[in-house]
Amino acid sequence: MLQRAPASGRSRPTRQIAEGDRSQRARASIVVLLGLLCATFLFSLATGASDASALAVVKSWIAPFLGIEPELSQRDHIIINDIRLPRAAMGILVGAGLAVCGAVMQGLFRNPLADPGIVGVSSGAALGAVSMIVLGPTILAPLATLAGIYALPLAAFVGGLLTTLLLYRVSTRHGMTSVATMLLAGIALAALAGAATGILIFLADDQQLRDLTFWSLGSLAGANWTKVFAAGPIILVILVVSPLLASGLNAMTLGEAAARHMGLSVQRFKVMAIIFVAAATGAAVAVSGIIGFVGIVVPHLLRLLIGPDHRFLLPASALLGASMLLAADAAARTIVAPAELPIGIITALVGSPFFLWILLNRRGVLDL
Amino acid sequence: MFLQKIKSLSDVVILFLLLAVSAAHANKDAGSIVSIGGSITEIVFALGEQDRLVARDTTSNYPEDATKLPDVGYIRALSPEGVLSVGPDMILALEGSGPPEALEALKGASVPIVTIPERFDRDGIVAKIIAVGNALGVANKAEALAKQVEADVSRAQRQAAQVSQQRRVLFVLSLQGGRVLAAGANTSAAAIIEMAGGENALSDFSGYKQVNDEAIITAAPDIILVMSRTGNHQMNRESVLGHPALNATPAGKNAAIVEMGGQYLLGFGPRTAEAVRELSASLNGNDN
Repeated sequence: MLQRAPASGRSRPTRQIAEGDRSQRARASIVVLLGLLCATFLFSLATGASDASALAVVKSWIAPFLGIEPELSQRDHIIINDIRLPRAAMGILVGAGLAVCGAVMQGLFRNPLADPGIVGVSSGAALGAVSMIVLGPTILAPLATLAGIYALPLAAFVGGLLTTLLLYRVSTRHGMTSVATMLLAGIALAALAGAATGILIFLADDQQLRDLTFWSLGSLAGANWTKVFAAGPIILVILVVSPLLASGLNAMTLGEAAARHMGLSVQRFKVMAIIFVAAATGAAVAVSGIIGFVGIVVPHLLRLLIGPDHRFLLPASALLGASMLLAADAAARTIVAPAELPIGIITALVGSPFFLWILLNRRGVLDL
Repeated sequence: MFLQKIKSLSDVVILFLLLAVSAAHANKDAGSIVSIGGSITEIVFALGEQDRLVARDTTSNYPEDATKLPDVGYIRALSPEGVLSVGPDMILALEGSGPPEALEALKGASVPIVTIPERFDRDGIVAKIIAVGNALGVANKAEALAKQVEADVSRAQRQAAQVSQQRRVLFVLSLQGGRVLAAGANTSAAAIIEMAGGENALSDFSGYKQVNDEAIITAAPDIILVMSRTGNHQMNRESVLGHPALNATPAGKNAAIVEMGGQYLLGFGPRTAEAVRELSASLNGNDN
């Protein structure tokens, strides 16, 4: 049962004691998570289908400073610098971005089931991508040739952003955005985008259908520096501003009226948060397809571990989301080498049972 | 007939000219080749150059020896590091291999990629063989094989045309959840059906599409053609006959279901002549 304990149901003094305890624990957790991310990053750089040695590459980076000759074959250099490194960078960005967006959305909607997909960005991005896959050779040919191999991520991003803007227009009346309307409108828009996607799928040929299938499974396989530099800045924005969002989200957990009393300009805050989330999710979906699970599970896991305070929850989500995606991607790249598995399969396969086990053990209330 | 010969000859000449350009890629010494696409792998084996292969893709499941090679993944979902890990000095890729990012990364790693065009007809097979031969630096062997395959396919098509009873054939790609995904015009399935003297029962749309029950009954196929394969597309006579619409067609009433290996039937490679003969025999009811 997912229930929210009423905020007034806790007595003040005990809460303060618990809070001191918790923030101590939260700070420690963030240090641990940072260490975990560094370890996962190095591990991910060192593993892969080929025997390219990450150590040799690191040596080659510092070789000029030490005045020694790097002993690195051209091939290993390319594998590490042009394949594994951008892929790890993309894994960190996408993982951190999705997890933070999830945490922000859950806080904003005061709903444990909210995820970035709720603002319509995922279905819109999917529609954009499918449009490009199916209509790229015909109607959208000028765009497709203009953007080259980046046509697909670009289309996904534009689709996600347009859907979010539309959703915002629908759920805003007299300068007030209704969160409840947004949830419902999000469902309607997702259905509409789904229907449009369905029409396109019907028009698709056999090969396009296969491309769609692979795209919708999500993967970091297409990572390269161009994509990292295209999506990176957009995702980094929410990571950088998340400390500024934290206090607002903490206020929002008490309800909008209470947040307003605490001096938060609720309307502006909601709009800002949704725009950041839509942009970051759109960018993430654009470069890696649809990777579910991270945006819901990571924030929940951390709430159970370090509590609901967004000042710690947001950075911790970013760190754990990044580590989780890096580890899943390392598995995806090595289990069936030289082929690879779609990452969504790994995240769900490993993450879901673990998450269920945590829920069963806690059996408590999931407070936000 | 004679005119047709001239035309196909001129086609071949043009192809040769085109391929002379790609012959610049020819690499007699390429000793570690990754072959992407079932028909490409079959051609490498048919040319006797299989010792130079170090890996293949998932669609390369023939001959038996090909399956012993490391599998770098599905033709359209290749992993760049996976391909590089087998240490290739050349990649032979059937048109449509991908994704584009993976090919970009491989080009970045300065591994030459030779793209082999795909066409669903006799001359397409000839062109594939010539292109593979040029890439491997065995043009003479390829020419001999191409001539032999061309003659063989022509013969198979002629025989099929002579005995043809103009059967209407419905090719069912998959039957998942009771939904029929069938072949329309401009598909490899339609091409092979016509080469074997049959008629594709669904020609008013292009590609593989889901077809509703009424359209299936209206199409009235005499034969239902399916791929014998495993996995989630597992289709056998029972599932075809258990489908109400398929069961209501002439093919369903006579239980006229033909099963053939997917790569063999649709690959358009060295085994196509044989596939044409086998399909023709099945269509005219003297199989087994």
